[in-house]
Amino acid sequence: MTTSIKSKMIVIWAMLWLAAVSVSWAHKPSDSYLSVERTADGLSGQWDIALRDLEFALGLDADQNGDISWGELKSQHETIADYALARLDVTAAGVDCTLQATDHLVDRHSDGAYSVMRFAATCPNNDGLALDYRLFFDLDPSHRGLLRFESVDGEQAAVLSPDASQLELVPHQFGAWRQLVQYWREGVWHIWIGFDHILFLLTLLLAAVLRRDGDGCWRSVTTFRPALLEVAGIVTAFTVAHSLTLMAAIFGWVSLSSRLVESAIAATVVLAAVNNLYPILPGRRWVVAFVLGLIHGFGFAGVLVDLGLSSSTLAIALVGFNVGVEVGQLAIVALFLPIAFWLRDSWFYRQVVFTLGSGAVALLATVWLLERGLDMKLLSL
Amino acid sequence: MTRTLRRVLALVTLMFPTLSMPSLGEPFRPTDDDYVLESLPTRLVGDSRLRNLRALRSELTQDAENLDLAVRLASDYIAVGRSEGDPRYQGYARAVLAPWWDLAQPPPDVLMLRATIRQNGHEFDQALEDLERLLRIRPRHPQAWLTRAVILQVQGRYAEAYESCWPLQRSNRLLAAACLASAASSNGHAEGSYDLLRRTLATTPVADIEDRLWALTGLAEIAIRLGRYEVAEGHFEAALALDVRDIYLLGAYADLLLDLDRPRDVRRLLAEETRSDALLLRLAVAESRLGSPDFDQHAEMLADRFSETRRRGDQLHLGAESRFHLELTGQVDEALRLALDNWRVQREPVDARRVLEAALAARDAGAAAPLIAWLEETGLQDVRLAKLVIQLQEMA
Repeated sequence: MTTSIKSKMIVIWAMLWLAAVSVSWAHKPSDSYLSVERTADGLSGQWDIALRDLEFALGLDADQNGDISWGELKSQHETIADYALARLDVTAAGVDCTLQATDHLVDRHSDGAYSVMRFAATCPNNDGLALDYRLFFDLDPSHRGLLRFESVDGEQAAVLSPDASQLELVPHQFGAWRQLVQYWREGVWHIWIGFDHILFLLTLLLAAVLRRDGDGCWRSVTTFRPALLEVAGIVTAFTVAHSLTLMAAIFGWVSLSSRLVESAIAATVVLAAVNNLYPILPGRRWVVAFVLGLIHGFGFAGVLVDLGLSSSTLAIALVGFNVGVEVGQLAIVALFLPIAFWLRDSWFYRQVVFTLGSGAVALLATVWLLERGLDMKLLSL
Repeated sequence: MTRTLRRVLALVTLMFPTLSMPSLGEPFRPTDDDYVLESLPTRLVGDSRLRNLRALRSELTQDAENLDLAVRLASDYIAVGRSEGDPRYQGYARAVLAPWWDLAQPPPDVLMLRATIRQNGHEFDQALEDLERLLRIRPRHPQAWLTRAVILQVQGRYAEAYESCWPLQRSNRLLAAACLASAASSNGHAEGSYDLLRRTLATTPVADIEDRLWALTGLAEIAIRLGRYEVAEGHFEAALALDVRDIYLLGAYADLLLDLDRPRDVRRLLAEETRSDALLLRLAVAESRLGSPDFDQHAEMLADRFSETRRRGDQLHLGAESRFHLELTGQVDEALRLALDNWRVQREPVDARRVLEAALAARDAGAAAPLIAWLEETGLQDVRLAKLVIQLQEMA
């Protein structure tokens, strides 16, 4: 019997056996976990690839003892990065984003250990991404890439297979409404964590339940109505002002360095606080809110740009974000005003909240001003 | 913490998959170079089969269009994948056959392997098409007839499956008998099938070891359906004594032991089998009955695996996941939904059992009604199924 016929016989008998029982699978098939996050000027991501797959493709078990150790894996990190990244293309508007491995870790998934590669890329512009995934498809067509894509528009999940290896990640495919909500949420969030904006607003509002008489002394307002009107004036002026500059910055009519903007914002807080103690700013308080509010708009613009914007979604982003900021503001006002009105006659409000509070804010904002202006760290806040 | 409290906590985690969903930890950087991240199953270390695979593979990279070599490597991959229960090897086999995979009329050997890989991926209809095509050019191909019989049986088409076993008589009497017995016993002739298979096994002393394994497993399963549990256990033990690793055998034996309420024996049988979902599930069921401290960890591993499989979009685990919910998390409605989905694809007695048990637990006799009608129509003989049907009918 020739070898070829003999081997054929073996194959046939082996195959006879294979058919015998329907198979119950023990493991899940091969998957990799790819998460990509869109950032303002590119993307970053993490790719979990099973060691078993890497072993099959590249041979990690150098000493062939059946164990893959961290040392063996470490010595192959460069090879793994070259191999994997050569099988993943990301392009933005037809231009290649060159992916670079930034770190290598390990993790455990339910079916074993995975090599975790972090990567980053600079992408030429802010529009949608196209992704082409080819990892392991030549070795195991049942391999799947489980993608999670995150951008300001939300999260998107996809399964990449040999039949569906390419994917367009276009921001507006999430639908305008969802994006609007997403930006709105960012706006609310930003005003709540944007400590300087809140302090600026509160400092102006502290005085809304009081009025300065001709002698320069503060007296309480007698009814709620003037206080409410005062607050409405301040908030509206602040809103209109920062909306104007936000737009101006986003459309590129005005461009200021973020260090200048951040310093100026700190300065507005100092001015507002000091103005509560000594009248240094002329005009009514809504005018002050308007003029100083112009500066805050540039700060919001910086945040919005960091979230990542594409020309196609600009209008939605602007509206959503701005409305979010307003809602956040109104929530603060709604909390603050009744309490302030209720306490306005008390010694506590006058001396502690108003005078001491304004002084503390002035001091804190001065520290910010120095930090931001001189680029140094004074407080660990 | 008391054991009860820990179990309650574990169950809470299981019921809220999102809590247990993220992988067990954050990515980390080991500090020790000798830290072992992954081990091949010890039985595979130094296994000559794997070395041969490696050699064949490198030979094939020099000569990718070599059909003979490709067929050999692909069959070996499928065989290793089967004994390890690892679907990756199906993918490797498919990749090896890539030059011929998409041809309208691939060479017969490739057609056979393509059908097998499709069968293993539960693409039953496409697999059957491949087999029909193969049998048109090779009307006597024993493996094609056998695979066809197995698929038809999985689909619950017992009469057709029985027909498909006959042509095997010519090439392998033992396999033919096992095939016939398996199909006929599902079709209302369990006693006669059992005797036929036992006699054939006894009179075929020099049978291939894996054929014997299959025949013994088949005997045990028919005996179980007839309610002869002790006899079945004897067959399982005889099959284990052949010392061929077989996940299907271990799973079927564990099921019998669980039915006999012997979780301790299941734990002994499957103690090292945490890599296999199918076996880990049975191990966890046993541990939950024993109140074993390993239960929490194993149940959580299963929950993670199912949720990762779902993310991939596969349908291969429906039956197992249904049982997981029925026996371990108590989410009986989910168990019933999964069991019914599974029944659409697979119609073996074990799949029927999933539906009946889940319907009983969910107190939803209506959901099982079509299946019960189907069981009456086919005459499937199985004492456990019959008992469940009666319970359901009493409930309704």
